[in-house]
Amino acid sequence: MKTAPFAKLLAPLLGLALLAGCNKSEDPGKPAAASPATSYLETIKARDKLIVGVFTDKPPFGFVDEGGRYVGFDTDIGRRFAKDLLGDESKVEFVAVEPASRIPFLQSDKVDLILANMTVTPERKEAVDFTNPNLRVAVQAIVADGSPVQKLDDLADKTIIVTTGTTADIWLTKNHPDWKLLKFEKNTESLAALANGRGDAYAQDNLILFSWAKQNPGYRVLPQLLGDEAPIAPAVKKGNTELRDWVNSELAKLGEEKFLLKLYDQYVRKELSDDTKPESVIVEGGKWQG
Amino acid sequence: MASSGIELLLVSLPQLATGAGQTLAISALGILFATLGGVLYGVLATLGSRWLNILLQVYLELFRAIPVLVWLYLVFFGLPIFFGLSIPSFWCAVLVLGLWGASEVGEVVRGALQSLPRGQREAGLSIGLGGWQLYGYVLLPQALKRMTPPTINIYTRIIKTSSLAVLIGVVEVIKAGQQIIERTYESVLIYGALFLFFFLVCYPLSAASRVLERRWAHA
Repeated sequence: MKTAPFAKLLAPLLGLALLAGCNKSEDPGKPAAASPATSYLETIKARDKLIVGVFTDKPPFGFVDEGGRYVGFDTDIGRRFAKDLLGDESKVEFVAVEPASRIPFLQSDKVDLILANMTVTPERKEAVDFTNPNLRVAVQAIVADGSPVQKLDDLADKTIIVTTGTTADIWLTKNHPDWKLLKFEKNTESLAALANGRGDAYAQDNLILFSWAKQNPGYRVLPQLLGDEAPIAPAVKKGNTELRDWVNSELAKLGEEKFLLKLYDQYVRKELSDDTKPESVIVEGGKWQG
Repeated sequence: MASSGIELLLVSLPQLATGAGQTLAISALGILFATLGGVLYGVLATLGSRWLNILLQVYLELFRAIPVLVWLYLVFFGLPIFFGLSIPSFWCAVLVLGLWGASEVGEVVRGALQSLPRGQREAGLSIGLGGWQLYGYVLLPQALKRMTPPTINIYTRIIKTSSLAVLIGVVEVIKAGQQIIERTYESVLIYGALFLFFFLVCYPLSAASRVLERRWAHA
């Protein structure tokens, strides 16, 4: 293996090249597609097609129906954008994205817009531009109906189940280091542990809890939030203020006709318990009230 | 849900078939380029040119050291960022699988050519055969026997590796299966169908390789 050291040398070099590329791509205006000279919206109109990155296996936000059609809460927003921008909701091309490929798809100009349930975080804000939000997510805790726990502080001397590395895990470890946590690697394992009574409560993103409580009667979600609510928003390439502003005005317009509520009724409502308020999940008009 | 299992499979069939079509198309084109490129690599590597060999070695080590997944990312996302060159996801998958396969097949071809007795090359040259004739009539036909079984093994790896294309947006057969599972929760049924698909594609290949190996062993 006389070539092995050579190969070892090359791999990190290429890694560096990739990293250098990441930094470079944050410099707006460099790639041809988003240059300020030609309007980005005109570019989309000239191609007569809006290209949107969506999830294709995350119901109810983006999935494939029995007819093989891409549908869902996020996906249908993309269709509506195409209708309002290009006059026809079929003038949209959906690209199947994965959680880890969402940002590269924007950075490399492969898509105009990502509509794939992306939570706004400070780190991601460095890499892409978020529009106003269309959804919200918060961490809450679920307990059995018969549990004496009424508010968050009642959990101080109880066992709380968390999934390792989630927002709930991080928040509890930081803010209540003395509370007893029972950690599992996967959300499904944590839910099974809760059902088997191995802990008194399970703290997790509230949509997961709402959905699980709907399918498993006998549990209630504590109204108190663990930490702040986080917005979920569409994203455009860093520096593409033109498209971002258009999406923001479009979200405001759709808010007036309660379009997101319609999509919520169509896709999301049946997943959640009957007493879930739509406002605890969707953000109409892009108006964020944190 | 026993009776609806068959029903679900029937409903899902067009969607799975579309994904299977993508998998087969990418694999077939990838295999084609891997074979053509591999033979070219093998011939070039046995010409005895020092500089050519260094170049081929760099190419080989780049594909040996860097995972196919990273190559997919580099070509699909890296080229547009660095050079403004955007390749559609399907052709990007074909290109990367083809280049990766060519480096693997190329080493097999090189090994097979070098394993031939030196006398074959010398005899060919001594009766006045040119380069093309030497390789086309003497060396490659004899090397074919030695390189076929390991090459078919590479083909099945190309087919299975094509599923990585999902990360650059190609909805191949496994992704199509996952889309159906997330809608229906019928994971055992769908993964069973995927198992069957890959088995039916790859098994005949390895069976053919074994038959050829046995036949040529007696030739």
